Amino acid sequence: MRLSWFNVVSLTLGFAFLYIPMVILVIFSFNESKLVTVWAGFSTKWYGELLQNEAFLDAAWVTIRVAVFSSTLATILGTMAAYVLVRGGRFMGRTLFSGMIYAPLVMPEVITGLSLLLLFIGIGLDRGVLTIVLAHTTFAMCYVSVVVSSRLVTFDRSLEEAALDLGCSPMQAFRLVTLPIIAPAVISGWLLAFTLSLDDLVIASFTTGPSATTLPIKIFSAVRLGVSPEINALSTIMIGIVTVGVISASLVSKQAMVRQRREEQAAARAQ
Amino acid sequence: MNSTVFAPWDDPDQKPLIRFRNVTKKFGEFVAIDNLTLDIYEREFFALLGPSGCGKTTMMRMLAGFETPTSGQIELNGQNIAPVPPNKRAVNMMFQSYALFPHLTVWDNIAFGLKREGMEAGKLKARVEEMLRLTRLERFAKRKPHQISGGQRQRVALARSLAKAPTLLLLDEPLGALDAKLRQDTQFELMDIQEKTGTTFVIVTHDQEEAMTVASRVAVMDEGRIMQVATPDRIYEMPNSVYVADFIGDVNIIEGRATPLEEGQVRIDWAEAQPPLFATTSARFDAGQTCYLAIRPEKILITADQPQSNDNALRGKVVDIAYLGNLSTYHVALADGTIIKAQTANTRRIARRTFTWEDEVWLSWTATAGVLLDR
Repeated sequence: MRLSWFNVVSLTLGFAFLYIPMVILVIFSFNESKLVTVWAGFSTKWYGELLQNEAFLDAAWVTIRVAVFSSTLATILGTMAAYVLVRGGRFMGRTLFSGMIYAPLVMPEVITGLSLLLLFIGIGLDRGVLTIVLAHTTFAMCYVSVVVSSRLVTFDRSLEEAALDLGCSPMQAFRLVTLPIIAPAVISGWLLAFTLSLDDLVIASFTTGPSATTLPIKIFSAVRLGVSPEINALSTIMIGIVTVGVISASLVSKQAMVRQRREEQAAARAQ
Repeated sequence: MNSTVFAPWDDPDQKPLIRFRNVTKKFGEFVAIDNLTLDIYEREFFALLGPSGCGKTTMMRMLAGFETPTSGQIELNGQNIAPVPPNKRAVNMMFQSYALFPHLTVWDNIAFGLKREGMEAGKLKARVEEMLRLTRLERFAKRKPHQISGGQRQRVALARSLAKAPTLLLLDEPLGALDAKLRQDTQFELMDIQEKTGTTFVIVTHDQEEAMTVASRVAVMDEGRIMQVATPDRIYEMPNSVYVADFIGDVNIIEGRATPLEEGQVRIDWAEAQPPLFATTSARFDAGQTCYLAIRPEKILITADQPQSNDNALRGKVVDIAYLGNLSTYHVALADGTIIKAQTANTRRIARRTFTWEDEVWLSWTATAGVLLDR
């Protein structure tokens, strides 16, 4: 199919809007010059400098730990919530509960951050890695539960009944049948939670303490003292990680979809 | 089969394997099963037959343990099974969708239930291989469910549900997804496997032909109640109600008023300008009682000339012919507009039909050919 000139223009405009800023940032991360806006030739020296920078490396380590722990926790909680919402039948307050699971999706981050901060102060929890992990779990969990419940809705319930029929306890049925089948959705939920945690600034800065600085916080504070090419290099790396995360999340779920369609076609052929 | 006729339901000394005792199941206000009592015996191939929504699937799900009766009791081997969860019942089910585990191979699907039992590896392997042989699936053991055909999947589902050697096997529309030809073959295969394993089978189906083919007894259901339980031939030849007669096969129903004559003969006055009909029955009919004569199309003789010997004869005109290959069904309109269906076997190749559209014909049948019903 050929694109009309109108479509070409809209597509170009859209993508330009989305990606020109990032492309510029990536280009300037390879700039020889110390001045951010003046091009002085290609170099990777800022990436080298970055590896020498203790503060950045510390922040990166904190960020990764937070992301791994919070996304894992969020995946467990989100999957459980999704399972109850889809499978639990009609229990009292189901509609309210499902609405409340998804509310954090649209809640302004400032409010989520502030309320978490108040909670942590209230219960006397020292702010640091732990509090960021808890905060990120809170907001990433609803994304996971959206992804997982959309898979569970199309899940043939008789598979679980068959497992029970063949002698599984409900817990075994979940572990041996349900979980392996919905695994792609759970994995893509985890990857989504991971990337969300990786690039969060607002909630992290509300809930962090002096002992834990994540990369986004570090970058944000560094930029206030002026943009250095080092920051550009760091941002480029983060863009890379997030891109890989998002692409693999969508690949995992797409693969599952393709496989499912292939099975359905095979079934249709056989009939 | 044994040389003696298999009919435990006629033997008062036999203990039923399954007993439904006044079972009622409600979903909210909706009554799915209405005060139902039924016995099913060991080694039976029992069919629950009825239109969708008649409660047959609910009965099966109660046997499997996915639903519990609202009131009444279901007994398996004399034990009330209501408190037993599905995973603790000696009952296995073959699901309508087959419900094969897509992430496991055919081999692992069949082994699934045995592994939960904790069967030791050597015995497990032998049992799975036995099941694969029984269902002729040896070549497909390593494949995943999406890599085999519908008919093969059906056999995997059967093998998986039989692997644990259940006391009772439930089959929920097991052949619904297969095409007509494969269906027929599989029906005989099912009967064969049922005989070989000696397992009690309860099958749910809406296909009357399937129920008649496979079952030792058929229960015809409607709106949560059992209308009749009998062997297939009795259900067909001696339905106890218009509903059953109409549900099983093709039938002409003629409504009229009864006048009992001597020796079980009943005269049926059914239309002003038509001669009365005669039927023999063992049931009692009062004079003037409304009755229904159910007569199967293949029991009606169609001739060009007025028959001499038959008890009942009606004159009409052929308005429609359905040619089914082996059979032809003639729709004959009587003078008052009533349509009677008559069927003849096409035993000879017909270059030219004996009767064609608009032909005047005679329909006749004996007094014993039909069944006289009171409802």
